[in-house]
Amino acid sequence: MEYEPVIGLEVHVQLKTKSKAFCGCSTEFGKEPNSQVCPVCLGFPGSLPVLNRVFLDYAIKVALALNCTVQEKHKFDRKNYFYPDLPKNYQISQYDLPLSKKGYLDIVVGDKTKRVGINRVHMEEDAGKLIHEEDTSLVDFNRTGIPLLEIVSEPDMNSPEEAYEYLTFLKSVLGYLDVSDCDMEKGSLRCDVNVSLRPKGVLALGVKAELKNMNSFKGTKDALVFEIRRQEEILREGGKVIQETRLWDAKLSETFSMRVKEEAKDYRYFPEPDLAPFIISAQKLEEIKKNIPELPRQKLERFVKDFCLSEGSAKILVGIKKDADYAQSCIESWEGKDKKPVVNWLIGPLLFEANKRKCGISDLNIPGGNIELINLIKSAEEAKISNLAAKGVLSESLDTAKLAREIILEKNLYQVSDTESLDKIAEEIIKGNPKSVMDYKQGKANAIMFLVGQMMKKSNGKANPIVARDILKKMLTDGG
Amino acid sequence: MAIDEGVVKHVAHLARIELQPGELEKLSRQLQSIVDFIDKLKKLNIEGVEPTSHILPISNVLRPDETRESLSTDMALMNAPCRKGNFFSVPKAIE
Repeated sequence: MEYEPVIGLEVHVQLKTKSKAFCGCSTEFGKEPNSQVCPVCLGFPGSLPVLNRVFLDYAIKVALALNCTVQEKHKFDRKNYFYPDLPKNYQISQYDLPLSKKGYLDIVVGDKTKRVGINRVHMEEDAGKLIHEEDTSLVDFNRTGIPLLEIVSEPDMNSPEEAYEYLTFLKSVLGYLDVSDCDMEKGSLRCDVNVSLRPKGVLALGVKAELKNMNSFKGTKDALVFEIRRQEEILREGGKVIQETRLWDAKLSETFSMRVKEEAKDYRYFPEPDLAPFIISAQKLEEIKKNIPELPRQKLERFVKDFCLSEGSAKILVGIKKDADYAQSCIESWEGKDKKPVVNWLIGPLLFEANKRKCGISDLNIPGGNIELINLIKSAEEAKISNLAAKGVLSESLDTAKLAREIILEKNLYQVSDTESLDKIAEEIIKGNPKSVMDYKQGKANAIMFLVGQMMKKSNGKANPIVARDILKKMLTDGG
Repeated sequence: MAIDEGVVKHVAHLARIELQPGELEKLSRQLQSIVDFIDKLKKLNIEGVEPTSHILPISNVLRPDETRESLSTDMALMNAPCRKGNFFSVPKAIE
């Protein structure tokens, strides 16, 4: 029997407002413990929360970008539970009248698009941070009250790759909207995963496990791969999966049970009496809609259509807004109708250099700008210099801030295509390699590549390999 | 809804309230009369009445995204039962 994984993600993302959700404390990361706290976020009696206007605007922006319906009226509720990181003993969250519901996010897996449903996007506040020591836990409330969005997907994903792409596309959208850092290591984006297995073709869902503690997208994918295998083994042996929360251990690459007695969750939600409801006018929605830039999905579709890219290539280019804008300007600077040469350079050598320098392609600051880059690509395309040399020129240009064409001249990299000088080299090579010549003449077509290689070596890589091959062929066939 | 002692025990546990002898019976009775009172609403025709989530007829109370001075760390930690450095220190929360 074949099993199908069913995966749903619950993503918490911190929004980058200056002040907290309900008070004026700063949200700055990495400050001294308990230095950004006040009576409101510490839950002192008599203090009153007031909602941050920018939090609401950002939340609406995200909801709209994820194609959700923003409810005309929404309100906050108290979610009651006891934990040392929660000073009020309740979290201000949204329960039955959340900000928004029923959206979707289109993702690309391989070269295929898949639509993942979004159940809801709602607003809440973050809890404090716990540091566990030998026999005590230390509490820092600086994070308490930082604006959080909870983005809950439908259980629409069926593989670790799809979950990974969902996270990647979600982060990309949030990046375009410029509302969050989305840094999993800093905790500004956190992700809980629900995963269960069911026999393929069956509609009913199996018993799920909830996975926590992943600190990267890759970790999330790895945790899913492990967990799916674990559940499959249990099911194949006729066992039963237990509904539980499991933590991912990145060092051991496995999930383990939290081993806590899980009581049925009973948060006793009730309306937050300290906050009046919120009514969102159609005019407000229009206003915010106007400020949403072209989103990665639309950009991807436009790149595919206008530049004849594959979805896979377009996906690589659209992930980060400024890099996508940069890529577009490069592609537009390329005169030819076929944009493949410049696209291949963007997702090849440029991306390679950017990764090496841990930055985006738009941060490379190529000396001489777009024109220099386009000319370099053109030189390679027209075989004036070899592809390999061109890549080296790009790298050196970035390292030394010299213009590409200066490096080409300095190193004398223009390929030799004139037959006269190549004829001479070819003659020498033929003389010096009688065995390969014999091989070729006896029908080993590959032998010619060896001879071309020798010509390249002799010419310090400057011989135009295509011209060189033609010359060799001609000489060897003409009975030389 | 019938409030038995089991319900009261459960709610008391959720609220981390330790009940004294005799309280269980007394609270069950009191809670039952509160719930009975609220159950009266079920008999009313509330069609077209919007659920009340807030008692005042106000909405959209917002503040600008501006930072204000926080408490000093010493002030924030002043009443902490146990302090370690600039942290609140509590019994270990995980095993």
